[in-house]
Amino acid sequence: MLEVYFQKAKLNEVIEQLIRLLRVYAPVLKGAYHEFAQIKTASDADLGFQNTRLSPKGLFHPHLERMFEFSLAKGDPQASILREVPKDYSPSVILGIRPCDARAFQVDDVNFDTSVVKDPWWVERRKSMTLVGLACNEPCSTCFCTTVGTGPFDTNGLDAVLVDVGDGYVVRAVTERGEELVLKLGLKDLVPDEAAKKAEEQKVSAEQSLGRLFDTEAIAKRDSAELFNAGFWEEVQFACINCGTCTFLCPTCWCFDIQDEVSGEQGERVRLWDSCMFPLFTLHGSGHNPRSQKLQRVRQRFMHKLKYYQDKYHQGVACVGCGRCVTQCPVNIDIRSVAQLMSASCIC
Amino acid sequence: MLAYTEKIREAARRLLAENRVDVVIGYRKGTIPFANEPFLAKSSEQVDRLYWDGFCGANLANYLPKRTDRVAIVAKGCDSRNIVVQVLENQISRDNLYILGAPCKGMLDRRAIRKALKGKEATSCEEEDGKIVVSGRGFSTSFERTDVLQENCTICIHRNPVIYDELLGDLVPEQQGVDRYEDVRKVEAMSPEERWRYFEELTASCIRCYACRNACPMCFCPTCFVDESTPQWVGKTINPTDTRTFHFLRAYHLGGRCTDCGACERACPVGIKVRQFTKKLEKDIIELYGYEVGLSLEQRPPLDTYKPGDPESFIK
Repeated sequence: MLEVYFQKAKLNEVIEQLIRLLRVYAPVLKGAYHEFAQIKTASDADLGFQNTRLSPKGLFHPHLERMFEFSLAKGDPQASILREVPKDYSPSVILGIRPCDARAFQVDDVNFDTSVVKDPWWVERRKSMTLVGLACNEPCSTCFCTTVGTGPFDTNGLDAVLVDVGDGYVVRAVTERGEELVLKLGLKDLVPDEAAKKAEEQKVSAEQSLGRLFDTEAIAKRDSAELFNAGFWEEVQFACINCGTCTFLCPTCWCFDIQDEVSGEQGERVRLWDSCMFPLFTLHGSGHNPRSQKLQRVRQRFMHKLKYYQDKYHQGVACVGCGRCVTQCPVNIDIRSVAQLMSASCIC
Repeated sequence: MLAYTEKIREAARRLLAENRVDVVIGYRKGTIPFANEPFLAKSSEQVDRLYWDGFCGANLANYLPKRTDRVAIVAKGCDSRNIVVQVLENQISRDNLYILGAPCKGMLDRRAIRKALKGKEATSCEEEDGKIVVSGRGFSTSFERTDVLQENCTICIHRNPVIYDELLGDLVPEQQGVDRYEDVRKVEAMSPEERWRYFEELTASCIRCYACRNACPMCFCPTCFVDESTPQWVGKTINPTDTRTFHFLRAYHLGGRCTDCGACERACPVGIKVRQFTKKLEKDIIELYGYEVGLSLEQRPPLDTYKPGDPESFIK
């Protein structure tokens, strides 16, 4: 695949060119942390970020999705008929997405885009977005991507990747869509030998900085019922306050709720992020709640990510090791420690 | 303050061995810098995992409501005041509690430290002699403890536990001449439009994760008003109306109950200054009723009692 190079001094020019071609989302510093947002000028983007506080999943699976709208007006012949809210699928690019976050969309595809069920909005947005990643030269101490099957230079979820080699960027196309974009940008300079060498060295050093923290295969092999009934959940769950921080920040948590919101004679059906940490998530119409206890909810989150997903889809775990839940959990519940408990060969 | 670790372990070992308590609630050392995890020790084998440093900001009183066993709990000044409210509100029996009082010089604010590090990542943090030494890849830097305290701790006037069964260290001098409500007066001085905008901007980044609510030891309702579904009182969206309804109602439920322990603000994953909602109410309760929350087990909170002399100037 195509590989080119450009000097850092040219970065803003490249981004401006991108903005002329496509709608561009990039990491933007807002207040104390970064988030992916649409940028109108190159200077809005900050590629010096570590990662965004919230994952970019909201670009495909918005926190608040207006699905349908309806009228309740008396005498309106269209009353109570759901009409799809028009969607904007303008061709877009996410610039600077981290390899782990891009990989997360593939993890989630099994839920939104299967041979049987297709979520039209997810599918169309996936089609409209080109993912230009930024390889991680210096993964954070809370990152564990290599343990869960991705990595700081993993290009699996990407269309193209940028590698910061100090004075410039090496740009590698990964898919045809990525190659097409690189060509459209008019980037033609060959990668200098030194830059290619540096990119390779950085890849090796970034990967080496990340140890293997637990064994996902071992969790796959464990008996579900045995894990489900393991004694360690009691200790794991104690500190949990059952907020939704971990699930809302997580790039792979896809669960949602659907609500009708009515104002006067107009209404809309919206889809909202939901969380298995909330008791209401599993409350039945009958009043029965199969996960009324905190322990059950905490266990569900880890079992879904690390065990059920593996058992059901046979393509690794539903975690990409971004570490957001590790750094932002208000009570320091650390998925890496929980996974170690789950993968241990015996429960002692 | 660091010496508390040994004191906590010693007390926990003794209380469990003497069968004075069934469990001990404290903290264990965090897996990352600037964080510790609330921890329940049930046996003497677990006692050595108990730990203490300046990142014990999570309010342990949060783990008490509805417990029926005999609990020893590590409590800073603010935690102890929350325990007082929980006892007054019949959430826990004082007889079942053994309070290990932790005189406190303030908890450290991970956000303030991270901000000062300007994007550099810390991999370790040590605390000694009023200084915080933070190190990471290729750097080491130090801060004065007093420069990186949680904001509520800088204006705290009850650092010593108000009730306890034993102390983990000497009482610390309380801060004098603190102006607790400078920020509230600024908001009070705003025009209604400015004030509306101020609160609207405060909540703009809210993701409705409820970390603020769930970190709060005073939020113990079996079903929170935002979780009621038959009927549903509050919309679940992140539209400004729904978000502010949640924040405003949550704050009002804390009128005369909040101790400004800062657990809510500390927990928020998107850095909302949640205390701005509750501090005005705290000031009102002091001004209207002369009542400071959680200082006495003898006095009923003003909002759950009626007195003929209660102020009513706010009834128009």
